[in-house]
Amino acid sequence: MTGPLLVGRDLHKTFGATQALRGADVSVRAGEVLAVMGPSGSGKSTLLHCLAGIVTPDSGSIEYQGRDLVAMSDAERSALRRTDFGFVFQFGQLVPELTCLENVALPLRLGGVKRKVAEAKARQWLERVEVGELGARRPGDVSGGQGQRVAVARALVGDPQVVFADEPTGALDSLNGETVMQLLTEAARSANAAVVLVTHEARVAAHSDREIVVRDGTATDRELVS
Amino acid sequence: MSVSRTLLALLEPGPRHGYDLKRAYDEQFAQGRQLAYGQVYSTLSRLLRNGLVEEAGVEHGAGPDRKRYTITDAGVTDVETWLGTAENPEPYLQNTLYTKVVLALLSGRSATEVLDTQRSAHLKVMRELTRRKTGGDLADQLICDHALFHLEADLRWLELTAARLDALAEVVRP
Ligand SMILES: Nc1ncnc2c1ncn2[C@@H]1O[C@H](COP(=O)(O)OP(=O)(O)O)[C@@H](O)[C@H]1O
Ligand SMILES: [Mg+2]
Repeated sequence: MTGPLLVGRDLHKTFGATQALRGADVSVRAGEVLAVMGPSGSGKSTLLHCLAGIVTPDSGSIEYQGRDLVAMSDAERSALRRTDFGFVFQFGQLVPELTCLENVALPLRLGGVKRKVAEAKARQWLERVEVGELGARRPGDVSGGQGQRVAVARALVGDPQVVFADEPTGALDSLNGETVMQLLTEAARSANAAVVLVTHEARVAAHSDREIVVRDGTATDRELVS
Repeated sequence: MSVSRTLLALLEPGPRHGYDLKRAYDEQFAQGRQLAYGQVYSTLSRLLRNGLVEEAGVEHGAGPDRKRYTITDAGVTDVETWLGTAENPEPYLQNTLYTKVVLALLSGRSATEVLDTQRSAHLKVMRELTRRKTGGDLADQLICDHALFHLEADLRWLELTAARLDALAEVVRP
């Protein structure tokens, strides 16, 4: 059995007087959907941001494919985010001035892919998440559920190894939330991308392969107990 | 769920043989647990005794199981009343879990562990239901969703209890 793709050990992070993380362990295997559960304010988003290289922990280690994420330069980390990671947040992650098609093509364009090629691939992804007809619209002119599908397409268009999804259905009703979860997990599984899925909802977590629970900034991962 | 009421309601659109009735039930509601013939016939004879169904002729030359049954006016009223009455919301699981949590606190065991164990058992079942739903038709989806929402409700109670364990410990410990 191969080792985990991404491992965080004994992560600590303090914001002012708030200890958001005080000893969190987590591992992510290639292609698995890992739910990160726990009450509001327990540190789930902070943990996700650390694993994704968005926030630097005060102490603890993060290894991605054997590379030390904490020791990397900012430039190396942002390059890694672009090439290996995809992101879906609760809301507000689409660029309002761009069309939905341009939004999905954006990660590829930032990686230097030519417009025609990037947009052709983006169009395929929009169709894959069943919103092919929305390419020319701007995010402000589509519904919440449609916007999250576009976000799923954008997260997966660059063939990431890991998709970080923070409450991706948090702003949606049950039916739209369900559809987005199905599209996200199905697309990620068939692309063999891992998903780190932050959610406090059990029905959403039920789309995962396994779960860890964050409580008061601490988390243990049975896969790491050796 | 009342099998007897369900069979009775399945007779409302028109008379059926016992065998047809079983097949109709299995198609709509069995979810992998088909009715036994014995149960269908014993239910029909009870419904017959209670005047909720009556015999509607026997097919020529057929055995006793070729009898057709039809719903009576009293049967229709019974179905209507049943459909119009809410089910008892049954907090059976909470009772058992609450008992376990209190017993864990009283005996100095980890109540968090009781709750964690239950969470992962719940999530395991919820994952199976989610998988079944993803591959299923609309009927599967709706039936699985019902179970999923119920299990989710248990889990929400569990999380709330986990957040209140310290307070609960103070109340239950002598
Ligand atoms: N950038 C920040 N500045 C100050 N406090 C923060 C910041 N991010 C998170 N926190 C605090 O850290 C704790 C954990 O937050 P978060 O990781 O967002 O929890 P969750 O996602 O589980 O709701 C909370 O008390 C939150 O208020
Ligand atoms: Mg959060």
